[in-house]
This record gives sequence, C-alpha cells and structure tokens, in this order.
Amino acid sequence: MNGEAPLEALVALWRDYLKRHRSVHSPDVEELEDHLRAEIATLTAAGLSENEAFLVAVKRLGNLDELSREFAREHSERLWKQLVVGGDGEEESEAETSRRKELLVVLGLASLAALAFKIPELFGVHLFARDLAAQAFYARNLSLFVFPFLAAYFVWKRAMGSGGIGAIAAAFAGAALLVNLYPFHPDGQTLLLTFVHLPIALWMAVGIAYVGGEWRSRARRMDFLRFSGELFIYYTLIALGGGLLSAFSLVMFQAIGVNVMPFVSRWLLPCGALGAVIVGAWLVEAKQSVIENMAPVLTRLFTPLFTLVLLAFLATMGWTRTWISIERNVLIGFDLLLAVVVGLVLYTISARDPEAPAGAFDALQLLLVLAALVVDSLALAAIVARISDFGFSANKVAALGENIVLLGNLLGAALLYVRFLRGKVAFTILERWQTTYLPVYFAWAWLVVALFPPLFGFR
Amino acid sequence: MNVGKDLVAASATPLVLAILAEGDTYGYAILKRVAELSGGELAWTDGMLYPVLHRLERLGYVEARWGSSESGRRRRYYRLTKAGRAELAAQRKQWEMVNDTLRGIWEGFLATPRQSLGLATGSVSRGGSS
Repeated sequence: MNGEAPLEALVALWRDYLKRHRSVHSPDVEELEDHLRAEIATLTAAGLSENEAFLVAVKRLGNLDELSREFAREHSERLWKQLVVGGDGEEESEAETSRRKELLVVLGLASLAALAFKIPELFGVHLFARDLAAQAFYARNLSLFVFPFLAAYFVWKRAMGSGGIGAIAAAFAGAALLVNLYPFHPDGQTLLLTFVHLPIALWMAVGIAYVGGEWRSRARRMDFLRFSGELFIYYTLIALGGGLLSAFSLVMFQAIGVNVMPFVSRWLLPCGALGAVIVGAWLVEAKQSVIENMAPVLTRLFTPLFTLVLLAFLATMGWTRTWISIERNVLIGFDLLLAVVVGLVLYTISARDPEAPAGAFDALQLLLVLAALVVDSLALAAIVARISDFGFSANKVAALGENIVLLGNLLGAALLYVRFLRGKVAFTILERWQTTYLPVYFAWAWLVVALFPPLFGFR
Repeated sequence: MNVGKDLVAASATPLVLAILAEGDTYGYAILKRVAELSGGELAWTDGMLYPVLHRLERLGYVEARWGSSESGRRRRYYRLTKAGRAELAAQRKQWEMVNDTLRGIWEGFLATPRQSLGLATGSVSRGGSS
C-alpha cells in the first residue's frame, strides 16, 4: 500500500522512543521488542496488515511512559545514574568482557604507578628519612611516577600507532633525563619550579595519548580540556574518601594499641594518591556518556560568586584607597586567581551550546574576565615595580611569565566575548581561541622545566 | 467482565508463578496463557507483565536467561526457582483461604439471600454501636 512505512522502520522508531526512557535498559527494550514482534506475527497471521498489526500490538503493550514509570518503580536505582563496574547481568556479553578487561588494565596500571613510587626505596632513596636529597628526587620525579601509566592507559584504549607512542615515550624519557641530570640545588627555587611545572609539561604527553594522536583536532582538544576538569573533580572526591579511610584506619588500630601510622603515611597515602589518578581517569572515561558532567555545573555556580568577590575587592580598594602590598607570595596568589578564572571561562565554554544566542550568562562571563583583568593588571604593575627595585629571581620570572600567559588568554577571551555579545562573531570562535591557546601553556611549562634551571644556575 | 485494577495486580504474581510452574516460558507466551485460562476475561496491559517478571526475578522467585525464538531473535526465558515454588505454594494457601472465606459467606447468600442480607446489616449496625 502506498504511504505505509515498512514494518522494520516502524519498529525502529518505536524502539528509539522506548530507549529514550532512562529507566528502561537495552535488554528490557529487546525483551519488549520480542514481545511486540510476536504479537505482530500473531495478528498478521489472523489477517491484519503489518501496519494494523503494529498499531494494535503497540496499543496492547500499553502507554510507554506508564510502562517506563513501572520499570522505574521496580528498578528505582536506574534513575540514579548507573556507573557500575559489572554492568547489569547478561547484557551484551561482548561489551561486558571488554569492560572487564579494561578494569583489569586500569587496576594493573594503577598498581604499577603505586609500586613505581616505592621502587626508589629499593635503592636506598627514602622519602620519609628526612633526607634532603631523597626529597628532592621525589619532588622532581613525582609526575613521572604516574603520568606514563596514565598515558599508557590511553595509548591502550585508543589503540594508538607506533608513531604516537614514540612521541609520547620521547616526551617522558626526555623529561626524566632532564630533571635527573640537572644538578639541582636541593633547596633551590628551580627545583621547586620543576616540581610545579613538570606535571603541566607532561600533561601534554597525557593529552596526546588522550586524543589518540589527533592533537590537531580542535574538537578532541576540547574533549581533553573537559576530561581534565572532570578528572580534577573525581580526583578530589577520591582524595576525600582516601583521607577518610586513612583516618579510620589510624583511629581503629589505635584502639587495639597498634600504630599503623608508618603504613598509612608510607604506603596507603602515597600509593593511593598515585593509583587514584589512573582510577579517576578511568571513571571519567567510563561515565562520560552516563552522567551530566560536573565541571560545567560547578562553573555555573562559581562564575557569579567569583565575579562578586573580584568586584567587591576592586570596590574596597577604591573605597579605602589602599594599594596592593606586594609580599613574597602575592604574585603566585594572583597567578592562581587568573588560573581559576581561565578555568571557569574554559569550562563554561566547553559546556555551552555553541548555537545558542548570546545571553545574560555570557555578559556575566565577560564581567568576570574584565574584573580579573583589572585586578591582575594592578597586581602586575606593583610586581614590576618591585622587580625593578630588587632584581630578578627564578621564582619572580616564572610567576611573571605565568601571569603574562594567562593574561594573554583572558585578553583574547575578553575581546572575543565583546565581539560575540555584539553579534559580530559566532561562539565557536571563542572555543577556537581556547583550544588554539592550549599549546601555549605547555610550551611555557616546558620552557620552565628545560631552560630555567641552567639559566638560574640550578639554584 | 471488568476485573478491578487492584485485583488484577494482586493476582498477577500467583498467576505468573503458576504458569511458570507448568514449564519455562517467555513473556508473550505467559500473556497468551493468561488469556487462555481466563477465557480472555483477565486482560492486562501487555507491557506491565515485564516489570512484574523483573520484580519476581529480583526477589529470586524466577530466573531469566537469554535464548532464541523460533525466528532466531534473542528471547528472554523465565524459569521458576525453588524459592519461587515455595512462594507459589504459600500464595496458593493464602488465595485458597480468601477464596474459602468468600465462598462461605456467598453460599450463605445463595441459600437465604434476604435473611443473610438482614443479618449483615444488623451486624454492621451492632458493630457501629459497640
């Protein structure tokens, strides 16, 4: 008959509609579809056309929304999103085995990262022996204990080719050689700078693995940014749980007169902290399609609050006519402020629907960026004055460089936001600005790691 | 006949368990059997059977496994477990008890309808005054 959709297309439509209900899982859909088809077969055998049979069968199956409510009542846990290690039952055994395999890989890599941290002890390098040299060793190598394993996970997951693996391995090997061959002064500034910047530099290698070697792709870069934000949140949550676990162990064993402090501080905390990076990354990967991402929600919450604080700060400064007094760590403080603002902007952008027209939140975002720019330029002026009085040091130059890197990003963002709010450019330009800017951070971090120690005499 | 919603819901469990006691089967066949047994009087909304089956599975009364239908599609078959058999026996006792109780009073109606009705109202008013 003309105008009649073929049965398969109708069933496919019905299936898609049913799948949209959260409480109905794919095995349930399959079971109901089997029922539907059995009913259709019976009805067509009784003389109905396929279309008629489909309509009757669907009607008999009942209202799908009610049905899904019924499923929800029976499986109330399904509305609380499903991040399950085991999956539910016999569903898709192939996906099931691959998931299990992934879990094994993750646990293996996490254990390796945890063990790697203890290997230097075999060679007499004890972190907790109040040995300055040992502490310096751990400080400069910290990220090398875990990031190679994290990268290995993504190399495995994305099934990367040998070219990409080579580049990543070269980055790690190069970094390891640099930081261990440089004759750092054990309590010098450059060692501290390496401790802070090496993780950022190596995060690039993790990123290349994360995007499966497609580091030119803007979309993949954006994914990596999202991943970074989510991992941060997951890691914080895991760390909270780990802290609780440690505290409980201490208190409980104390109750029976056993001091487990050495075990907790030497094994549980460091090994847990490193292994948790891999486990956290896996959780982000496993649930990315399952739950709403958290980072954008938090940015929505904190963008207005940070804006308020910055504006209040500026207003107070104007009211009391006080100048920013530059003390030792103030510069770092302002760097952190900029980093937070960049983070807020970044995650707001990553979560925003690029098609949506400019709205009040975009204006608020611009206000935040502008406030941060004003506050920072005040601080910067004060710092430059101080440097010209007292001369350069590794710390000051690094902090100043960071400030300029972040400032550059925010200036660009502010400019583009203004143009976007005026309707001159599409929102994707803002996204593009952030993804294009990404290599700048890494380049700066590598610069600090590779050039600062020799430039400042490893002090 | 239009059977009340609550009664349909209440009878679903023993009915499904009893049908499964006849042998392993799947959802569509269970509904067919219900229609057959009740002469088409006990009509469920077809889809609602599945949440019931899943509840019974969760309670451990039935086990499910994937098999294939005659046309080769994947099909979920249900089987009564030991616990399910015990539950069926327990439910059967309860239903027989309810059934006997009702029968007892209804047979009284049939024998002397007017008098028993009068007695019934009398008992209600007595109950109200006490």
